[in-house]
Amino acid sequence: MFESLTDKFSGALRKLSGKGRITEANVCEAMDEVRTALLEADVHQEVVDSLTSSVVDKALGTEVLSSLQPGEQMVKIVYDELIELMGPEHSPMMLVDPGPTVVMMCGLQGSGKTTTCGKLATNLIKQGKSVMLAAADLQRPGAVHQLEVLAGQVREGEGGTTADGGDRVHFYAEMDKVAEYGKAIGAAVTVCRNALTEARKQHCDVLILDTAGRLHVNDELMDELKRVNQAVTPHQVYLVIDAMTGQDAVNSAKAFNEQLELDGVILTKFDSDTRGGAALSVKQVTGKPIKFIGIGEKLDALEEFHADRIASRILGMGDVLTLVEKAQEQVSQEEAEALQAKMAKGQMTMDDFLKQLQSIRKMGSMKSLLGMLPGMGSQLKDLPLDDSQINRTEAMIKSMTKAERGNASLLDGSRRRRIARGSGTSPNEVSQLVKGFEMVSQMTKQMSGMGMVSRLKAMSGLGPAALAGGQMPRLSGSTPQRKPKFKQRKRKSR
Amino acid sequence: MGLFKTAFNKIAQGLTKTRTGFVGGLRSVLAGKPISDGLLADLETRMIASDIGVATSRELVADLRAAWERGEIETGDQVLAYLKDQLRAYYPDEDRALRFAEPGAVTVILVSGINGSGKTTSIAKIAKSLRDEGKTVLLAACDTFRAAAVEQLEVWSQRLGVEVVKGKQGGDPAAVAFDACAAAVARGVDVLMVDTAGRLHTQDHLMRQLTKIRDICAKKVPGAPHEVILVLDATTGQNAINQAKVFTEAIDVSGIFLSKLDGTAKGGIVIAIREQLNVPVKFIGVGETPDDVEPFEPGAFVDAMFAE
Repeated sequence: MFESLTDKFSGALRKLSGKGRITEANVCEAMDEVRTALLEADVHQEVVDSLTSSVVDKALGTEVLSSLQPGEQMVKIVYDELIELMGPEHSPMMLVDPGPTVVMMCGLQGSGKTTTCGKLATNLIKQGKSVMLAAADLQRPGAVHQLEVLAGQVREGEGGTTADGGDRVHFYAEMDKVAEYGKAIGAAVTVCRNALTEARKQHCDVLILDTAGRLHVNDELMDELKRVNQAVTPHQVYLVIDAMTGQDAVNSAKAFNEQLELDGVILTKFDSDTRGGAALSVKQVTGKPIKFIGIGEKLDALEEFHADRIASRILGMGDVLTLVEKAQEQVSQEEAEALQAKMAKGQMTMDDFLKQLQSIRKMGSMKSLLGMLPGMGSQLKDLPLDDSQINRTEAMIKSMTKAERGNASLLDGSRRRRIARGSGTSPNEVSQLVKGFEMVSQMTKQMSGMGMVSRLKAMSGLGPAALAGGQMPRLSGSTPQRKPKFKQRKRKSR
Repeated sequence: MGLFKTAFNKIAQGLTKTRTGFVGGLRSVLAGKPISDGLLADLETRMIASDIGVATSRELVADLRAAWERGEIETGDQVLAYLKDQLRAYYPDEDRALRFAEPGAVTVILVSGINGSGKTTSIAKIAKSLRDEGKTVLLAACDTFRAAAVEQLEVWSQRLGVEVVKGKQGGDPAAVAFDACAAAVARGVDVLMVDTAGRLHTQDHLMRQLTKIRDICAKKVPGAPHEVILVLDATTGQNAINQAKVFTEAIDVSGIFLSKLDGTAKGGIVIAIREQLNVPVKFIGVGETPDDVEPFEPGAFVDAMFAE
């Protein structure tokens, strides 16, 4: 995501951090590189200028030049400026009581509004709220049905129904209003108004309106949105923005903000390798906080936005906090303590290992998890980390007998061959798993005295090769291969 | 190729905002002024703001500066003409028409792109043009992942009066491609257009799935896919180049469909893509109806950008 930006930052700042004394010229030179890095990251020009000049001002005006660790001081200043730029540090969603809290989603075509509606509903339901999803996108073919399917998926998920079987997820649509592009303008106003009436009747806590994608320069459609805004007076108006948008992100955000008075921004497709310039620019230009970020295609792939954490990620300082939170979501305190006691005695079994793998997988993709470790981000981008490797490991462990799982030392050559056949892998891969498992149990025994953070640090010290399958946890049978560099295609003479 | 009405006016219309945003701004900066360091710096800033990219913008400005120092250009107005020539040089004459199979055989067009780039709409646009030209078109709904994606393509197929082959939601997209290829050959259609699920280029396993779909097409229909179209959202920033690179690695992209060019005030990403990748832009999408598609004509594009 922010990896290349992180690279550039660390490159420029590393030059400074080694130096005992820093001159004004050093600072300006480094900031020039930071400036280029930001521009290449699609950060809006005006934002780049204001960031770099205020960093230089602070660096020259304060104790940086005379401090003992000037490089670290500079990093701190840049970090603070980044938070300032993207902050407030954390801006949770406000709900009104009594409900329904009306939330309107808007944005350009293809920014990810409908998917985000489903994610937001999932998020709210986990908090015990009841939600109505209303389909106000009447022009994109299949949009209404898409939201209906998503509503169904949300309902099936965790907390989708109340203890007595009641529905927490409601769906509202008026299929007869759907029409071809440009032929249904204005109908969304009625749909939204009726949806609100219905949401009140059903006593929903939150009503989410999924509006059609539109260009900020299309006056007719922008006018429709304004009329919806007047008709239902939403408590929250969110602009959904593709995190990969270029310099234009600021223009569309400005236009939507001028016409609708936004309450916040949701950035989508944040799991890509976009350098994330939009994230840095939008808050600065509109003054509206970034509320959530979308980090995957699944319904639970929506995170609250924390400026401080993203700033650390940009600067390659890792995001241990989010990682710890994710871990806590999956593993209860008792389970963790029981496992820890086992590990301390070196009694971890393959079953425990499997359980851990499964809870890791629930936390997200390997790549996204490892990317949160300090210093890992930039090293990960070329590693073909693949979650199907976890599946293979799972298959291997499940092909073992109960006795084998409890005591890995039983696994001789013959047993390994049987397991390989049973799991569709090779005996070699099974051996690697066993070896990796032994290393992990050894290591966990040593680490069990440490706290969570120092444990993660110890793991990150192993380096990316180890994590990809060199030593621990051996998840893959293949050696990590670097992707071949992109080759320019030969132009075909035609 | 006689497929599209070459409509300079339409491109100009779609790019009006580009003109007022980039060129309009340029013209006000340049008109009637002598070249100076400040003017060149201002020019560079404006180019970067148009998503042309830092490196390309600096290169263009360095060229301008060299020409200025050689005394070839002196005034702001000449800068405009010089820039126009420079940009045209980025787009040498090359075959930007769709590639078709031998007459009588099925042409397979594979369409891919990241989520929300506009694949399905772009397919509808190309399908309509082909249909209007008298070709029979079959659509393959290989987006079995996203909710209602198949339905979205189905609605288009009904509006356009073309047939569609579909699989189950959550099914294997390669299997749908397999069936669609078989159906296309059996029914003897002229063109099969394969719609795929949107995927981020950073998802290795999804990119491999795409390669698999491509390989299935190649296996079932000789010479397929004849055209591999990558749909790129024109509002995307520098990341569009990464996308193009990774998709090209996976499925050897043969042409780019630059969508939503009516939405952005800048068209610079086109220049950045051309500069860094050898994949031609074949179409531009300039609106939301199936008629809003144009073949990419660098001459007309540059002209429209710089028209008075």
